[in-house]
Amino acid sequence: MEIITILILCFFLATVAPVIRQRTGIWSGWILAIVPAAIVVWLVVIYPKVWAGNAFRAAYEWLPQLNMGFSFRLDGLSWLFAMLIFGVGSLILIYAGYYMKTYKNTKRFFAYLVFFMGAMFGLVAANDLMTLFLFWELTSVTSFLLIGFKHHLKAARDAALQALLITGTGGLALLGGFILLGIEYQTFNIEVILQNPHIFLNSKYFLPISILLMVGAFTKSAIFPFHFWLPGAMQAPSPVSAFLHSATMVKAGIFLLARLLPLYSQSDFWIYTLTIFGVTTMFAGGWLSMAQNDLKKILAYTTVSALGTLVLLIGTGTAYALTAALVFLLVHAFYKATLFMMAGNIEKKTGTRQMDALGGLRHWMPVAAIISYLALLSMSGVPPMLGFIGKELIYEAKMKAPDAAVFILLAGFLANVFMVFVSARIAFSVFLGPKMSFDKKVAEPDVALLTGPGILVILSLLLGVFPEIAQNIISPAFTSIAPDESLVKLKLWHGFNNILLLSVLTVSAGLLMYFARKGLINRISRLNELFFNLHLSERFFAGLNAFMSFAGRKTSFVQHGYHRFYLMTMILSATALLWYGMFKMNFSWDSHLFEGVLSWIVLVAIFVIVSASIATVTTSNRLNALIYIGLVGIGLTIIFIYYGGVDLAITLIVVETLMIVIGAMVVYRLPKYIRYSGVTSRVRDVLISVVFGATITAIILAISPDYQAKEVADYFVENSLTKGFGKNVVNVILVDFRALDTLGEITVLALAAIGIASLLKLKLDKKT
Amino acid sequence: MKSQIIQIAATYLMPFLLVLSLVVFYRGHNEPGGGFIGGLIGGSAIILYAGAYGLEITKKLWINRPTALIWIGLAMALLSGFFAYLTHGSPFMTAVWVQIGSGPFALKVGTPLLFDLGVYLTVMGMLVKVVLTVMEEVL
Amino acid sequence: MTTLLAILIGFLFSVSIYLLLRRSIVKLVLGLLFLSYATSLLLFVTGGLTVGKPAFVESQTQIASKVVSDPLPQALILTAIVIGFGVAAFAMVLIYRFHRETGTIDMDELSETNQK
Repeated sequence: MEIITILILCFFLATVAPVIRQRTGIWSGWILAIVPAAIVVWLVVIYPKVWAGNAFRAAYEWLPQLNMGFSFRLDGLSWLFAMLIFGVGSLILIYAGYYMKTYKNTKRFFAYLVFFMGAMFGLVAANDLMTLFLFWELTSVTSFLLIGFKHHLKAARDAALQALLITGTGGLALLGGFILLGIEYQTFNIEVILQNPHIFLNSKYFLPISILLMVGAFTKSAIFPFHFWLPGAMQAPSPVSAFLHSATMVKAGIFLLARLLPLYSQSDFWIYTLTIFGVTTMFAGGWLSMAQNDLKKILAYTTVSALGTLVLLIGTGTAYALTAALVFLLVHAFYKATLFMMAGNIEKKTGTRQMDALGGLRHWMPVAAIISYLALLSMSGVPPMLGFIGKELIYEAKMKAPDAAVFILLAGFLANVFMVFVSARIAFSVFLGPKMSFDKKVAEPDVALLTGPGILVILSLLLGVFPEIAQNIISPAFTSIAPDESLVKLKLWHGFNNILLLSVLTVSAGLLMYFARKGLINRISRLNELFFNLHLSERFFAGLNAFMSFAGRKTSFVQHGYHRFYLMTMILSATALLWYGMFKMNFSWDSHLFEGVLSWIVLVAIFVIVSASIATVTTSNRLNALIYIGLVGIGLTIIFIYYGGVDLAITLIVVETLMIVIGAMVVYRLPKYIRYSGVTSRVRDVLISVVFGATITAIILAISPDYQAKEVADYFVENSLTKGFGKNVVNVILVDFRALDTLGEITVLALAAIGIASLLKLKLDKKT
Repeated sequence: MKSQIIQIAATYLMPFLLVLSLVVFYRGHNEPGGGFIGGLIGGSAIILYAGAYGLEITKKLWINRPTALIWIGLAMALLSGFFAYLTHGSPFMTAVWVQIGSGPFALKVGTPLLFDLGVYLTVMGMLVKVVLTVMEEVL
Repeated sequence: MTTLLAILIGFLFSVSIYLLLRRSIVKLVLGLLFLSYATSLLLFVTGGLTVGKPAFVESQTQIASKVVSDPLPQALILTAIVIGFGVAAFAMVLIYRFHRETGTIDMDELSETNQK
């Protein structure tokens, strides 16, 4: 119940956020932050229950026939992610309230942001694969809307589309994997599935499910080779980058991998795949971050590297690795959100975020500089920040990795060196160094802009000094993903050992690289050009364009725009299908429908219909055509009366008359008939129509009496008087037995009337 | 366009047609007729009048907003469906019948009758709306 | 002899298809009308034919004999006729408006959605 309340609260807040924004302006951030902050307080209060292993639950039926449920369960892992979502979320809202004041249409921005918060919470609290998928897609959609927030820029639109297509494709893969899992387990309940991993491991769908799930997680969490959408997503305003694209949404893939860990922890395939992709991404992200010039792009690539590290750690799956993963999750969320907010501040105050244009900012914004230094220290893994503990654990986990430890350790070492290098580069060339001249008057960012980063950095510092707190925070999450293992004790000081040596080496190497930066960056760039120049983003769009033009060619072939030929295609295929069906059913010609019920009255009617029809087709006067059609209707009326359809006959004759009245009024204003088509096409059309007509005749003759649904008719006849109190069975069917159909029908009539009225009254803008 | 003969005919025919349409509507449950046919005949009556006397007089004397008829009709049909739901909790569109009086003058009234009246009004409104709009536009 | 009605329905379908394949939009609408006639009649005969016995039940005793014409297709066709009227009226007004906007009644000139 609590979970549903939170969800409703978030979605409700999203709907009123525009109003709040409009009424309160830059203060809206503080007001909107109240709700997530209150939720954080609630999360802290329930911590003892979560720690004791009591999960909060809520479950509703969704589609029980398909085993789909709408169910939630707040366990340790969900609790940790919820803390991140609402904790960082409230700080981001405070920040955004002020940050967005120079943007236009910010009302919907806040609605999206709050909506995302709710969707992300639903994702991490889901206890049913389909529920999880629903919220998973919601986060993709909100991410799309937020990346494309500056939709007047083509770059922003492209980046948003790219992110949506990649995460959307991943979502589709994920859905496939979930459905296959559901087929194997006969349920989508995550708890049940996790309790029986052997069904999955022995499933004949093991490989497809594994690949689909991994594609889903990798696309969402920007793992190589799907990583390129994340740097593109930097088109979003900074609060979005700080919230969605570093602290929360991109961690959804990590969350999924962590959540499903009990399912695959025994599978070598998973361990190797996650390790390989994790290491590759960790290294590639770090490498690519070095040569960037855009501050946010640098941060984006380091995020990619961090996500790779997380995948690697979860894939390794030992107690050390999992502890390291959870600590690093916190570490990264804290320092990366801080740095993104700072990047936003710098761009806001100086008007640029290009590295070579920035310098000496500490003179103008000392507080911001100190906050940034601390965050950068955490990123490089220097004591006493929490980042140090995280990095130590990671090294330890890598050293103790079961396979290929040396290789992983080397890659990890290099990636960390790159991080130190990047941190040093940001610290020295942005905040220290000579003063640069800027177009704007540079000043300290406002309080609202520093609150969020400040709190996060203080948390980094506090948790680093008091690692027991961090230990308590991650411990319930650890228990829920690896109940059989025990959490490694966190310590700031491990004594002099190999790992400390490694740390010292990392930092020194990073600093050395920084002092050699001038030639280095150029060389890295050249190397990138030569070897790593994959241009995945450009290729993605080239592929997209090729696909579009392929679709365009196909469409213009099939959709040629000539109405007649569409109809011809339809009629001929219908004819072919009908004959196919008839032969399949072994039809016979003897018809039982018409035995001995023909008289001269019907003969006259048939004669009238046939001659009037031919006259309609051949006449060269459009008003005459209408009158002939009326004659056809009268012929039909006679047939209906003769065979007992009295109501039909009356209705038809009235409708017929009215149709001629309307037709005459309309046709009166239309030009006279012109002979459009030549003899050849006429002959062709006659052939086609005769073939179709003959087909219908053949079908009628082949109707066997067994196919008639006499029981239905008998029911109506028997019950018309007793249950419907009417002697006219047709009328009773219309207004009683099948009244719902009639209701639909008169609705159509109402729509036709409105449609006609608006067709005639509508004024089109004539382009001059 | 306006002919004397048609005008005189319309003057006498119209009330007759309107009454006829109601009769056809009412007896529809037991004999040929019903909401559809009744509505069509009733609409024709007004169209005949409009054809004879022109749009303005028709609108002024008989019907200004035929769309209202459509909405009332649709609402009646819909409400008749909800009636049983609200009173008995039965599914949507369940018929409810009440007998008024007894003996030879017994009259059975039920939601299907209300529904049929809704059909009658909708069809009539639609017909009048369409024809009047077209007349306004074309003539 | 009794196959006559089947042939008539096939004939009505042929006429409708031929008219639908014309380039003139007026004939297209006429074709639609024929299509609805043909379909109504098709539905009507598939219910089986009974001469001169409309679907009325006078009393409980008569129900037992069960020799009235099938009311179900009749109800369907009644609906179809009235809806067909709405659609036909809409189609007619549409071609009127089409002509007023484009100045033509030739379907082939409608191969592009953009105004020229």
